[in-house]
Amino acid sequence: MRNRKTTLIGAVAMGILLLGACAQGTDGGDAEFGGDLEAAELTLMGFSDPDEIGQTRWDIADAAIYPAHVRPSEGGFDIQAFLAANSAGNPPDLIYFNRGDFIGTLASLGAIMPLDACIAAEGINLDDFNQAALAQVTFNEQIFGVPEFNQVQLTMANGDLLAAAGLTLNDVNGSDWERMTVANEALHVVEGGRLAVIGIDSRIPEHFPLWVVSNGGQLVSDDGRTAMIDTPEVLEALEFALSLMDGNNGFADVMSLRDAADFWGEGNQFATNAMGAFTMEQWYMNVLMGATPDIPLAVSPFMSRQTGQPIAFSTGSSWAIPVGAENPAAACRFIANMVEVDSWMAAAQVRADRIAGEGGVFTGLLTANTTADRAIRDAFIVPSGSAVWDSAIAAMYTAADHHFFMPPLPADQEFRQAWVDSVNRVLQGTMTARDSLAQGQAEAQRALDEGWARMEDRD
Amino acid sequence: MSVSTIEGVPGVSPGTPVSPEKRRLRLTTKRRNLIAAMLFISPWLFGFLVFTVWPMIYSFYLSLTNFDNINAPRFVGLENYQRMMEDPRIPRTLSNTFQFAIMSVPLSLIVALLLALLLHKATMGTGFFRTTFFLPRMTPPVAVGVLFLLLFNGHQGLINQLLGLFGVNGPNWTVDPFWVRPGLVLMSLWTVGGTSLILLAALKDVPKELYESARVDGAGALRQFWSVTLPLISPQIFFVFIVNTIGALQTFSEAYTAFFGGGADAFRNEGALFYSIHLFEMAFRNFRMGYASAMAWVLFVIIMIITGIQWAVSKRMVFYSGDS
Repeated sequence: MRNRKTTLIGAVAMGILLLGACAQGTDGGDAEFGGDLEAAELTLMGFSDPDEIGQTRWDIADAAIYPAHVRPSEGGFDIQAFLAANSAGNPPDLIYFNRGDFIGTLASLGAIMPLDACIAAEGINLDDFNQAALAQVTFNEQIFGVPEFNQVQLTMANGDLLAAAGLTLNDVNGSDWERMTVANEALHVVEGGRLAVIGIDSRIPEHFPLWVVSNGGQLVSDDGRTAMIDTPEVLEALEFALSLMDGNNGFADVMSLRDAADFWGEGNQFATNAMGAFTMEQWYMNVLMGATPDIPLAVSPFMSRQTGQPIAFSTGSSWAIPVGAENPAAACRFIANMVEVDSWMAAAQVRADRIAGEGGVFTGLLTANTTADRAIRDAFIVPSGSAVWDSAIAAMYTAADHHFFMPPLPADQEFRQAWVDSVNRVLQGTMTARDSLAQGQAEAQRALDEGWARMEDRD
Repeated sequence: MSVSTIEGVPGVSPGTPVSPEKRRLRLTTKRRNLIAAMLFISPWLFGFLVFTVWPMIYSFYLSLTNFDNINAPRFVGLENYQRMMEDPRIPRTLSNTFQFAIMSVPLSLIVALLLALLLHKATMGTGFFRTTFFLPRMTPPVAVGVLFLLLFNGHQGLINQLLGLFGVNGPNWTVDPFWVRPGLVLMSLWTVGGTSLILLAALKDVPKELYESARVDGAGALRQFWSVTLPLISPQIFFVFIVNTIGALQTFSEAYTAFFGGGADAFRNEGALFYSIHLFEMAFRNFRMGYASAMAWVLFVIIMIITGIQWAVSKRMVFYSGDS
């Protein structure tokens, strides 16, 4: 009986060890790039349902890796699915995801390959790239991803409401917080105890980093080792962004009214005069152009309170190759072709043709490839005949020259959760700004310390 | 001289022990039946062992490790459990979850019972109404989460518009941390149809003679419900109570879709941060599978304790018709 028990326990222990071994990632990292490719079907996670910009480049990149071929994926990047595939020893050949979400963590855990050799072998010209975007995929002095798109946040305002209140874009674009407070008061409307028009929506927590950098602060040190969530600059930024919410009858009312708008359609908040001004990513101009091309939109780069210069937080997608990928050479060539200047130009041509056929305005493209951006702007951006859209496009390109970024961290998500929750607690009134940021600082620093220690242990 | 007769099987003396061969034969038959039974349930048993028992054992092992989902687990003993004591989100998420369960389980039971009684009394279109009540159960939880945001929007949501008809200025259900849980509880009633059908089946099983006897004794409708219906359907009520309690303590999908499935830096309503959501985020966003496994085991123990209490209390309140 005792022997049977011992055998059973031994079998269970062995099973656990075996499963544990299965769960380990392979060391990898020594993949060879360049040269001739073999016929194979590459697997991909995170890139699906491309528009003409994605599809055109996909066709070019897929042809470039012949006789290999990339099988299209379904749905966006799902970290749970990726981890499951990785644990089963069957990671995809390519992953495509928001570079700010996981790249530092996946790199620190050894789940994705450094791509320096890939970049050299395929002749990807790093000088073409936006340096903020490139910095976001550079961890421990190695490049772990190839950035694709790049976004900027802009101040978008309702020109009619501004004019009616005797205001200009300079009153709402972030450069002068005192003027913003006055403008917020002038623009917002409360009817029957409920907010009817949002004056200025500070869009926190999403755009909190904008307000922090505008005020001369930052959320993490440049080396990614020290959280800086509870500094006076951050506290002041949070209190100001919150005061804009409070001036609009409180965050709950702002959020409810924002959610109630037909964000993607003809009943959007500018068309219905329900929004004075807010910060928003540049792609929303395309939505507005498609749904309501005649709205009185006024667009400006978001301006730094401290320097008076435009600022924008670099965000966007990125390609990476998991450790253990079966066809890293083909994956690398596919990526190189997806982000090449010629591919972007071909894609822009297709979109410009489509929009011209529909009688619309091509609002440009913001990629992580600055050379491509310039070439597209030179080739396809022409005066549209609409001062509104021409100035909006100009504002977008101006903002694109003034990116800041958050470095990749070994605890990307935990760090982000720490500062997002700090802001949320204040928005929901469950904690004072000072206390909440102090708690966030402790949580963020602990996450960073443990993340770096985990990586160093692994090394 | 007297002759005595011996009753029994011819050739077998009474009191003579069964021969070992025959006993072996009888045991063999028993064993054969057992094997047949085991073969019939073996697919389920296999699934249970592979998909339930083994993951439980493995998750318990992981709860004693530092496992990042990528590299090999590293044994850390009870560190994850100790760390839970310091995690400020643990008490908050447990509190949110318990509040949700305390509100949603009795309310869903009452609503389900009322619907079942209505269906039981209905004489026309019962099939249609049964289907109608059950259909929302087929709605994916993700869709329910999105519906919640639309229906309960503070400005243009249907719920506040209805409240407005009665002069009530409804709250910001989806944003206010105090109102978000009641909102989710109301939304959970959307899928009460499954419970209703179980209770309807129980109601149909109550013998009509008992109602007749009660009527003869002068019992009114309320008295009949209290003294006849309720005791006789109490086993089914107890069953759905336990199942719904476990489901409420594990609630995840609707709240996650509504508040946590967007961008990582989007607004997160802390009032809807339930224990399972925190667990999921620890496992797959923060790469702390060991810690998440410890959380899962703590939840398992909590559920076991609550179920045990419910079981103990039920002995006084649940009537089984086969009991003496």
